Amino acid sequence: MQTIDLATTPLRELNAALQAQAGTTNQTRWEILNPKGAHAIAVGLDAPVEVTIKGSTGYYCAGMNKQATIRVAGSAGPGVAENMMSGTVVIEGDASQYAGATGHGGLLVVQGNASSRCGISMKGIDIVVFGNIGHMSAFMAQSGNLVVLGDAGDALGDSLYEARLFVRGSVKSLGSDCVEKEMRPEHLDILRDLLERAGADARPEEFRRYGSARKLYNFHVDHAGAY
Amino acid sequence: MKDKMDRTPQTPPRNSWTFSPEISAEIRRAADTGIYDIRGGGAKRRVPHFDDLLFLGASISRYPLEGYREKCDTSVVLGTRFASKPIELKIPVTIAGMSFGALSGPAKEALGRGATMAGTSTTTGDGGMTDEERGHSEKLVYQYLPSRYGMNPDDLRRADAIEIVVGQGAKPGGGGMLLGQKITERVAGMRNLPVGIDQRSACRHPDWTGPDDLEIKILELREITGWEKPIYIKVGGARPYYDTALAVKAGADVVVLDGMQGGTAATQDVFIEHVGQPTLACIRPAVKALQDLGMHRKVQLVVSGGIRNGADMAKALALGADAVAIGTAALIAIGENDPKWADEYAALGTTADAYDDWHEGRDPAGITTQDPALMARLDPVEAARRLRNYLSVMTLECQTIARACGKSHVHNLEPEDLCALTIEAAAMAGVPLAGTGWIPGQNGF
Repeated sequence: MQTIDLATTPLRELNAALQAQAGTTNQTRWEILNPKGAHAIAVGLDAPVEVTIKGSTGYYCAGMNKQATIRVAGSAGPGVAENMMSGTVVIEGDASQYAGATGHGGLLVVQGNASSRCGISMKGIDIVVFGNIGHMSAFMAQSGNLVVLGDAGDALGDSLYEARLFVRGSVKSLGSDCVEKEMRPEHLDILRDLLERAGADARPEEFRRYGSARKLYNFHVDHAGAY
Repeated sequence: MKDKMDRTPQTPPRNSWTFSPEISAEIRRAADTGIYDIRGGGAKRRVPHFDDLLFLGASISRYPLEGYREKCDTSVVLGTRFASKPIELKIPVTIAGMSFGALSGPAKEALGRGATMAGTSTTTGDGGMTDEERGHSEKLVYQYLPSRYGMNPDDLRRADAIEIVVGQGAKPGGGGMLLGQKITERVAGMRNLPVGIDQRSACRHPDWTGPDDLEIKILELREITGWEKPIYIKVGGARPYYDTALAVKAGADVVVLDGMQGGTAATQDVFIEHVGQPTLACIRPAVKALQDLGMHRKVQLVVSGGIRNGADMAKALALGADAVAIGTAALIAIGENDPKWADEYAALGTTADAYDDWHEGRDPAGITTQDPALMARLDPVEAARRLRNYLSVMTLECQTIARACGKSHVHNLEPEDLCALTIEAAAMAGVPLAGTGWIPGQNGF
């Protein structure tokens, strides 16, 4: 176990050490102490290492992650796991705005609640939130899966493309061009797999699925009011 | 009776200025289609521009440099503030961001090859980085846009600089647009979108909202790339003083300022023509912001939007820019709107030089298209040679003017070397109206 104390180690040194790990590294387990809400912790990683951050983080923790498993034993500030490519990020507490924004792959698990714009512009990432998510989540979401065990706020999935949204609780309102869709067996399979990988205590049958009505894919004057 | 009427002087038909034939045609088009007019390019209306400025040249009080013997340096280094690997350019003109998707693969290749031959950089666009573009561009600036299409840490690291796009001159406050005709399988794949949809990319970044957040975003990008890459912030010509000041505050190495003549692949005509300020009006406020912060020449300023020749370049530099960027002019240099395709432009209902329906993907020149047959018309090697030639001419022209003003480096050009032909240009550029000492707006009147 490698331990880095951010109370005494500059952020640059921490990230440089983590980024220097190659795919074959034997320094696979890292612990970061005293994050104290610092920004850009453990960003740009590209190795199958396991990083545990003992405390809460600021903006963009685990940004652009590849391969690594990053666990925040606390809450995460805005943009956690933004543009993640692969790997796993787990937030034991709550996540602020834009969690998983524009993520291209990997799995983000928020064991508490996620704020507004969770999964905004997601491009293949899978996100599982044990609690609730805020307004405008999955705005312009392109692909991937967003699973919410609690409730969703206003304008869920506004202007979304091909991302799949699964919500167990209530949805305050759907955004433009977002509709409830039939839950078919393949969706239940996807959901079962994600819930299992996230360690979530829920059954796929409890969820409802939402997706794009695809009416905004090509401009039509009769849909102008939706913009 | 009939003869008498024939002799009566007739009032010739008179078009309304308010309801000109062009305005009336647009009203009819809107009524027919129910959708605003979309087109490419920048503002077509006449606005105060560099043509409204003149250099004074040397005289008894200033002596010139010998045109063909005395050196006039043109090199520029961008990104000296924080980046450990700033970009060194041989000439102070770069190629502006234009996307693969909006432009064909051969066009992007030509821009990369031509810029490299000329010793300058080129820039990606809203669609990610292609291997061809990276391979053919010795210095490549990677745009970081609200859409984040194709964004990934590997391309960030193989870029030579990162340009965070906040806005562009053609449409400050607007997002991207790429209509279905150009969303081919490859373009769709790079952008993670369904083939054939009308792509509208966001106008705001998804994970930051203001200058304080932007500062943290820049920290993240620097941490991901080891503090090596210069980070540019590109803004449209909206509020150049405050946008420049806030970009500096957020930690930019370079500010790219794009006036309303700057082009776009596709946007509403009403947006292009009615939002944003002319390039000429943007430079002095931006330079003043840098000076007020003590950052002029420390944070470099790149100006774009309607730069066409070495005179425009020299004037922008004299007003305080460190470099200029060209987009539309580069496309024209490699063959866009060439009269040799006149018949085909006519078939599209337009003419060479006026063609601007770049979003339709039917460009006869093979530049603003994804149609394989049209793309094949553009030879990227020959097009690159043309771009290199054009960049060389621009640079030689700029040097000619600089030497005439007695400058051994083009960066030594200064506002004192200029006068203005119109009151408007004098006010915007902050230089005296020709033949007077009057700079409108200064000294209280």
